[in-house]
Amino acid sequence: MSDSSFIRSEMLQPQIPPVSERGIVKWLRENLFSGWLNSILTILALVALYFALSNSLPWVLNGVWDAGSLNDCRAILAARGEDAVGACWAVLSRWNQFIYGFYPVELYWRPTLAAALLIVALAPVLYFGLRRPTTYMTGGIGLLLLLSLFGLKTDTWHIGLAAAVFGALTAVAWLLPKKLLYVTLAFPGIGFWLLWGGSAWGPVAVMIGLGLVGALALWTIPRIGMILAALLAALLFLSWFMDPISSVLDFFGMILGWVLAPETVASILRPVAGLRDLLPLQPHVSGGLQSLLPVSLEQVDSDQFGGFLLAFVIGVTAISASLPIGIVLALGRRSDMPLVKMICVGFIEFVRGVPLITMLFTASLLLQYFLPPQTNFDLILRVIILVTLFAAAYIAEVVRGGLAALPRGQYEAADALGLDYWQAQRLIILPQALKISIPGIVSSFIGLFKDTTLVALVGLADPLQGIRKIVLADTDWKGIYWEPFIFVGCIFFVVCFSMSRYSMYLEQKLKTDHR
Amino acid sequence: MTVAMDAPKDAFRLSQLIYDTRYRSYTIQVIVLLVFVAFLAWLLNNTAANLAAKDKDIDFSFLWARAGYDIDQQLIPYTNDSTHFRALLIGLLNTMAVAILACISATVLGVTVGILRLSKNWLVARLMTVYVEVFRNVPLLLWIVLCFALFSELPKEPKDFKVTQEMVDSWAGPEEGRIYPAASMIFMDTVAVTNRGTNVPKPLLHRPLGVIDVGGIPINLSTIAVLAVFGASLWVNRRIRAHAKAVQEATGVRPVTWWKSLAVIFLPTIVMLAVLGLHFEVPAFPANEAGVSKGFNFQGGINVAHSFTALLIALTVYSATYIAEGVRAGILAISKGQTEAAYALGLRPGRTMSLIILPQALRVIIPPLISQYLNITKNTTLGMAISYLDLKGTLGGITLNQTGRELECMLLMMLIYLCISLMISAVMNVYNNSVKLKER
Repeated sequence: MSDSSFIRSEMLQPQIPPVSERGIVKWLRENLFSGWLNSILTILALVALYFALSNSLPWVLNGVWDAGSLNDCRAILAARGEDAVGACWAVLSRWNQFIYGFYPVELYWRPTLAAALLIVALAPVLYFGLRRPTTYMTGGIGLLLLLSLFGLKTDTWHIGLAAAVFGALTAVAWLLPKKLLYVTLAFPGIGFWLLWGGSAWGPVAVMIGLGLVGALALWTIPRIGMILAALLAALLFLSWFMDPISSVLDFFGMILGWVLAPETVASILRPVAGLRDLLPLQPHVSGGLQSLLPVSLEQVDSDQFGGFLLAFVIGVTAISASLPIGIVLALGRRSDMPLVKMICVGFIEFVRGVPLITMLFTASLLLQYFLPPQTNFDLILRVIILVTLFAAAYIAEVVRGGLAALPRGQYEAADALGLDYWQAQRLIILPQALKISIPGIVSSFIGLFKDTTLVALVGLADPLQGIRKIVLADTDWKGIYWEPFIFVGCIFFVVCFSMSRYSMYLEQKLKTDHR
Repeated sequence: MTVAMDAPKDAFRLSQLIYDTRYRSYTIQVIVLLVFVAFLAWLLNNTAANLAAKDKDIDFSFLWARAGYDIDQQLIPYTNDSTHFRALLIGLLNTMAVAILACISATVLGVTVGILRLSKNWLVARLMTVYVEVFRNVPLLLWIVLCFALFSELPKEPKDFKVTQEMVDSWAGPEEGRIYPAASMIFMDTVAVTNRGTNVPKPLLHRPLGVIDVGGIPINLSTIAVLAVFGASLWVNRRIRAHAKAVQEATGVRPVTWWKSLAVIFLPTIVMLAVLGLHFEVPAFPANEAGVSKGFNFQGGINVAHSFTALLIALTVYSATYIAEGVRAGILAISKGQTEAAYALGLRPGRTMSLIILPQALRVIIPPLISQYLNITKNTTLGMAISYLDLKGTLGGITLNQTGRELECMLLMMLIYLCISLMISAVMNVYNNSVKLKER
């Protein structure tokens, strides 16, 4: 009983949206020309982009890769045309100096192997012992290493050695990925030996000493408590690496010298003078092992280090050493004990208040005043120590931010569970606090790696200033300046950019809240 | 039946010092104190022994000896007959000059880039991301050295700015226009960028108020007077705004103040400058009657060394990326609900930004901004790589090398930098407290 005159019996087909509401036009309207301000910005950006690219692209792409000197380069370019512009990428034939500094050419396999092992040592830390990524990474790095060793014209024996080592490591990564952590623990010794050479037993004895100290501490803490265990461990550490007996004897000699004649003091101390040669234990162990089974590599002096090799040695050492020191400083700064807190605050604020350059100059000029007379050790080591202390203060502030961001309830809950201070820190507080501080920690690391270029100012051959100037001093390449900058800048960019991307991955991975 | 009793009072045992949490912290602190004092004593003892072995002592009297070296950029008078202390002051002023200018320009650039990176404009946002990532992932030293190389290698020599006899001879006459030398100055013929420095106009006064000398540091009374007038104008402007606010509270209608503010802020200062007779001395080559330039370099104006310009530009573009990231993070940290609430109240987008978002975002932005200012100040020491004579260059560089007093120079320098850093963070913390969220 419908009284309508017309009822549509079938639906209209949907029409496609108008041109301005679909496809590329819609995207353009929304993203580039959504208003007069945005349109102006877009046009300005396009003009700027055009100028930048039209000036740089021909120069980059038209570059000369095969020339013996800058003059050759210019001749080749002139032959291409009257106003041909182009970079002279041929200067990158000196790439090996930018990477390895003055390291002996026939020994290039050693830093290369050390770098590959470093990445394997990092793998279990970076990927939490996950089997698949760890194995792929180890295997991939192994292949890359073999390729680069071929490229570096290494002799067959060492290539075979590297292949065997990496075959074994890949197998370990597949079967027992968590066990790769032992490579991480041993890497400081291996890396040092590969880079500087010398007797293998020196680093081995150092690692044994550190292992003994750690084992002693772990074994004694549950039995006699934290304080006594720490004192015992410190005693072992001192007698392994240093000479506390001589210092104590000197100290007593000094006290006695105030009241007694020098001859009397000497005669009193004579019976125990033989103890002076007893310590440190480490040279005895390494010397004994070396005489039993001599294993050594050709020694390379520190002044042969340079380029990115130097930047990585300083950067990696300082990064890995500054994190634990920074965490301890942060915990000290939040400690209930006023004295501990005061010392930590004083150290952190002092270091953060002065520029890094002053710390580097302290390493090169002042450390000789603060250390016992006749102590003279390597400039690289001194720089590493001060850069580490510098970075540790910054990391401490980042970690303190993470600690402060934790709700109080977490601390109280840990106390309520009956955990002692270190258990609470290890199991409850630090995992959460460090997770919060990851972006800050990684950006500290990036800053530290970039700051390794500053060592040029105390006379070390960093890639940017040291090596570049050496290349420019060559008559063949005098007057070239863009290309080395671009090369060095690109490598720094790749390293720093991948670090920052990894920190983003880590943040995502460790994110447990549901926001 | 149980009876409440006091806990048994044990006699104090020595082992409680180690195992009882009530006493343990004292034990630890005593040990720490002993170790710390022993460490300090060891350091002092070593220092004394080393100084004795080198037949040196700690003596700051070298600061009053003749310095004997020249410094290009001097904000207060200095000759090579001045003392090392005077050189230190020059260095400190140079450090402060480049640091303050870099802080200002990096903030302007950084805030702009940070906001543009959040722009809805796809192209602009991408370009800004590229800028930020490229500049902050490459060492600052590279940018400084690169800027310096650009300035000292690319531009023309001063002689290219000269009008030569041949140019005058081949000149057709006034109808052809003026004579153009091989290189031309920029900014309406006022600034000349040469490979030997940038020549900029010098502000001069026809009727200066004079200079008084306070402890060897000349104080320009004209500058003080202009600053005082400007400060007074700012204060009057604040009163006007306060009055406008009071009227708004009382009647609900805010009086229009923008033209009053503009006039009050700028007019008195402009009048003051006009009274003093401000004019600019443009750098130029002296010329003879025919128009041929004489001499080897520009006369008049100020010659800004390339080390200063390069350091300033590199510090600006590098630090601006960090400031931009801070600004972006601060704006992103404000939840979307705030914007939506502001729109629901009927606020327009511009006012939403200035009244709702920015005041809250500032709380997130300021702390990293403080540390960026500190970083800029500390990074000025990198000017050493391009021979910029800041504090590190004078006290920690030439003075140190000439007198051989490493210990004194380095300690003094560290102390000065420490004081600067603590002062900046104190000032900025006061500001930070004033914008901080007032909590329960």
